[in-house]
Amino acid sequence: MGALTGVGTSPIRKGAVVDGFLVGDLIHTGGMASLRAVTRGDIRMPLLMKIPTLLEGEDPAAIVGFEMEQMILPRLSGPHVPTFVAKSDVSVHPYIVMERIAGKTLLLRLDDLPLPYEEVAAIGAKVATALDDLHRQHVVHLDVKPSNIVIREGTGDAALVDFGLAHHDQLPDLMGEEFRLPYGTAPYMAPEQILGDRRDARSDLFALGVLLYFFSTGVRPFGDPKGKRALRRRLYRDPVPPRKRRADYPLWLQEIVLRCLEVDPAQRHPTAAQLAFDLSNPAETKLTGRSERLDKDPWSAVIRRRFHPDFARATPRPAILAQVSTAPIVALAIDLAESESPLHEALRDTAARILETVPGARVACLNVLRQHRIALDKTLDEEGRNKHLTRLVELKHWGRPLSLLENRITFHVLEATDPAAAILEYVRSNRVDHVVMGARANSALRTLLGSVSGEVVAKAPCTVTVVRLPRPFEKASEAASETERNTP
Amino acid sequence: MRIAFMADLHANREALEACLAHARSQSADRLVFLGDYVNYGADPEWVVETLLEHVEKGGIAIRGNHDEAVGERARTMSSPAEVALEWTRNQLGPAHRAFLAALPIAHEEEGLLCVHADAAAPFRWSYVTDAEDAARSLRATESHLTACGHVHKPALYNVPVVAGRAAKTTAFRPVAGVPVPLLPRRRWLAVVGSVGQPRDGNPAAAYALFDAARGEITTFRVAYDIEAAAGKIRAAGLPAMLADRLAWGL
Repeated sequence: MGALTGVGTSPIRKGAVVDGFLVGDLIHTGGMASLRAVTRGDIRMPLLMKIPTLLEGEDPAAIVGFEMEQMILPRLSGPHVPTFVAKSDVSVHPYIVMERIAGKTLLLRLDDLPLPYEEVAAIGAKVATALDDLHRQHVVHLDVKPSNIVIREGTGDAALVDFGLAHHDQLPDLMGEEFRLPYGTAPYMAPEQILGDRRDARSDLFALGVLLYFFSTGVRPFGDPKGKRALRRRLYRDPVPPRKRRADYPLWLQEIVLRCLEVDPAQRHPTAAQLAFDLSNPAETKLTGRSERLDKDPWSAVIRRRFHPDFARATPRPAILAQVSTAPIVALAIDLAESESPLHEALRDTAARILETVPGARVACLNVLRQHRIALDKTLDEEGRNKHLTRLVELKHWGRPLSLLENRITFHVLEATDPAAAILEYVRSNRVDHVVMGARANSALRTLLGSVSGEVVAKAPCTVTVVRLPRPFEKASEAASETERNTP
Repeated sequence: MRIAFMADLHANREALEACLAHARSQSADRLVFLGDYVNYGADPEWVVETLLEHVEKGGIAIRGNHDEAVGERARTMSSPAEVALEWTRNQLGPAHRAFLAALPIAHEEEGLLCVHADAAAPFRWSYVTDAEDAARSLRATESHLTACGHVHKPALYNVPVVAGRAAKTTAFRPVAGVPVPLLPRRRWLAVVGSVGQPRDGNPAAAYALFDAARGEITTFRVAYDIEAAAGKIRAAGLPAMLADRLAWGL
C-alpha cells in the first residue's frame, strides 16, 4: 500500500483509459476534486469521474472527504442521488465513477434571486423530499447548498451531490474523527455542526433554511463569515426576519424559514418529510410568533444567549434513522359520508393509540369528497352550502377529540372520483409513513363500490392499518358453506 | 474469497455450531480461528475436535492465552477462570493438548495479519480496547488488515497511511450485518468479537466475515441456544457466573 505521494501528477487525462473508462473532457475543477466526463461501452448513461486533488501539502480533508464519498455513495440509491457506478480499488489513482445527472444545479439560479415565493417553496419541497430520502438511508449530507443540488431534467426531482462531508451512521466517520475543526460551508452550516456534532439529520434542515431565506430574499441570513468567531455568531445572533427585507413576504414562508433556522435542532421540523409537508401545504402551516416577527431579537436577549448558551451543551442525539422513524407522518383517512359512528370512533381510538407511542408524529386527516364521473359537480349543495367547507368542518369536528397540538394535525378534503386513487396519490406526494383507515362493514355497498381500503392496502408504499368493527364470530363450517353458496 | 474470522470460542459448542452454519450460509470459503478455543465453556473436547477437522481441511488456527494456559500449571488468572481451567485440563486428552500447544502465535499472508491480541507484542496478551491500543498494534505491522480477538467486544480501527502527517487512529463500533469498506489507503484492525462469550451487552455470538474481492468486512451477530450452553456449564459444576454471563452477554 503506497503512501499518498506524487499522485498530484495524475495520469487521468483526456484520452486515457482507466479500468475500462475512456476519459473525456474536464467538466469542473474544485478545491478538493476535479470532475471529468467518461464513457464505457457497456454503460449507456452519461458518466462522471471524480478525481481527488492530492497534491502534497494540500488540505488532508480533501482525501478524507473523498474516502468518505467512496464509502457512502455505493450505499445510496434512488432518484435523489447520482447512481454509483465504480470506484478505484487498490489502483494508485483514486477515483469514483457515477451518473452524470442531466439537469442544472441551483447555483445557476443565483442571478435570478429573489425568486417568487411559490417557486422557493416548490424548490424547498423538492430538496426536503430528497433529504428525507437520504436520511432514511442513514446519511446526513452536512453540505446542503445550491451547488450541491441538481434539479433533474424531466422528472424535476432534486438530487444531492457531493458526499465528501456527509456522515453515515453505520460507517466509520473518518471526517469527524480525524479533524478537530468542523468542516462545512460557512454560510450554510448549522450551529450544532459548528460545535462539532455531525450526527443530527436536522443540520440539513438548517442549511436548507439558509437556502430558502437566500432564494426568497436575495440575501444570506448569516452572510459569508470568515473565521471561527464569526462563524459562531449564529449561535446567539438571530437573522433579520425576511418580512423586514420584503414587506409582502408571506407569513407561512417566514414561519417555515425561521423554524429551519432555529439554533436548537429540537425547535426545527423533526424531519425533512415534515418540512416538505409544510412547504407543499402552505395554507396548512401552523403560524406562531415567528411568522410575524419584523425585528431581530433585542440585544439583551442576544447577550443572554451569548453568555449563557444553553445550546452549547452537548446533548446525546438519536441515530439518523431513529430521528426519522420517531416523527412519522400518519394519515387518517375517514369516510364521513357513511354514518357509521361506531367505526368513526374505533378509527379515532386506533389513531390515538398509535399517536401515543410516537409523540413526534404528524397527523393528516383526509376525507375524500366524491365527484361524479360525468356530471359537473356543483360546489354548493341543495341548501346552498359549500360542500367542501362543510366537509372540512365535519372533519375537524371528528379530529378534535384527538386533542393534538395544532402544529401536529392538519385537515384535508380531497376532491376526486376515485377515493382510493386520491388517498394513494396523497400518500405518495406527501411521503406518508402510515395510513390508518376504516373498512366498510356493509358488504353490499362494498361489492358495489369495491373496497377502498383493500386497494389502499394493496398499493400503498407504506404501512396501512385497517380498522374494522368487531363482527360476531361465525362457526367455521357456516362461514364455509356461505362462501360456497356465493360461488357462482 | 470470503474469510470468516472466529475468536474466543471458549468451549461453547452451541455458539460455534451456530456461527459455522451462519458462515456457510454466507458462502465463507475460508475459516480463520483467532485463539482461545477452550476454558469457561463445557465442551472443550468437541470444540478442539471441530477445530482439528477444519485445520485438516485448510483452516487456520492460531494460539490464544487460554490455549497456552491449558498446557501449563498454576498461572495467575482470575479465580473462576482458574477453576474452569483446571476442569478443562482434565477434559482434554494428550492429543488435544499437543495440538493446542503447537498452535502458531500469528498467521501472516498477503495483506493480512492474524493474532489473538496486540500485534505489537503477541506473547504479552495485551488487550486492544481503544484507539490508543489500536494505534500501537497497527504501528507494528504493514498489513492492510489485522484481525484479532481477546477483547470479546467487536470494534474496527483504522489509520491512514500518509507520509509526513501524524495520522490519527479512528475507532468505530461496527453495526451487525452492515459491511464496512476497508479503504485501500488505510491500515485496518478488526477486533472480531467473541463466538463463545460475548461481553458487549449483546449475548448473540459474534464473528466477522471479510470479503477480499469487495474489500469489505462485516460483523455478524448470531443467535444460539444460550440456555443449553449455560445448562451444561452448571451441570459440569463449573462456576455459575460463567453460565450466567452468557445470557447477559457481559
